[in-house]
Amino acid sequence: MMQLQDRNQKHRKDWGRQSAYFGMFLALSLIFSYVETLIPISFGIPGIKLGLANIVTVTALYYAGTKEAFVLAILRNILTGFLFGNLFAIFYSIAGSCFSILIMHLLKKRGSFSVIGVSIAGGVFHNIGQLLVAMLVVESLSISYYMPVLLTAGILTGAVIGLLVQRLQRYLQKGQTR
Amino acid sequence: MKKNDWILAGTVLIAALFFLVGNCFTERRGKDAEKYLRIKVDGEVFREVSLEEDAEIAIGEHNRVKIQDGQVEMIWADCPDQICAAHPKISKNRESIICLPNKVILEIVDRADEGSKENDAVAG
Repeated sequence: MMQLQDRNQKHRKDWGRQSAYFGMFLALSLIFSYVETLIPISFGIPGIKLGLANIVTVTALYYAGTKEAFVLAILRNILTGFLFGNLFAIFYSIAGSCFSILIMHLLKKRGSFSVIGVSIAGGVFHNIGQLLVAMLVVESLSISYYMPVLLTAGILTGAVIGLLVQRLQRYLQKGQTR
Repeated sequence: MKKNDWILAGTVLIAALFFLVGNCFTERRGKDAEKYLRIKVDGEVFREVSLEEDAEIAIGEHNRVKIQDGQVEMIWADCPDQICAAHPKISKNRESIICLPNKVILEIVDRADEGSKENDAVAG
């Protein structure tokens, strides 16, 4: 009985800690999204951006777990849609996020890629996911014209985010990765 | 960076090059080209316009497109993101400007590609 109570208490404490971290992560990703609206980076076609908030997504993927990263990204997409973007973009962002987190999860599980590789895959598949949804919405295949730009942009943004996360990992406690 | 990371980046880059070459391949220059602008709304063809003549076309009440010197530009849109209006002018075969909120797509089509339209219909 005592043991059970102990465990319950411990569980509750963990839960509290986790939700505190979760809220902090979410707030941080919102700040990154906001900062990003202030620095325009152009890749030739409008709508492509660096995705600074994905620093949080990738870090969460490594330190909190896939499920957490997933929920975090979706909440962030919805909130940024309401705050800085437009409601319509929410669906595209969510599609891109789901696709990229799924791929990153699979690559991370394999273990033969570093954070940078995982993040590159995430960037690339984020763009592919959004393009696929756009194709479905406008019912046209001709958007594939922009595939070269989107793929290259995905590699570049993914590499930058990956490098930043790698740097960040040095400062975060070791041995906490899942 | 691990070796696999480079392989991954390289593979994606090659895929991008592959698409790029494909784009160049379908582009015909000069007199050979018989390009026109196809405007689609909600997946349906709204109008098909020649690039030869300058024109300004209203697409419903939501978008306005301008053709000048064989180049196409979305000059006005009522959507919130304004991505289509910010898009550079298009003139090459298969280039497109998309207004996702209004489901409007402007695409340049070469008559030579008409034959492959059936393929598109199958794949789409």
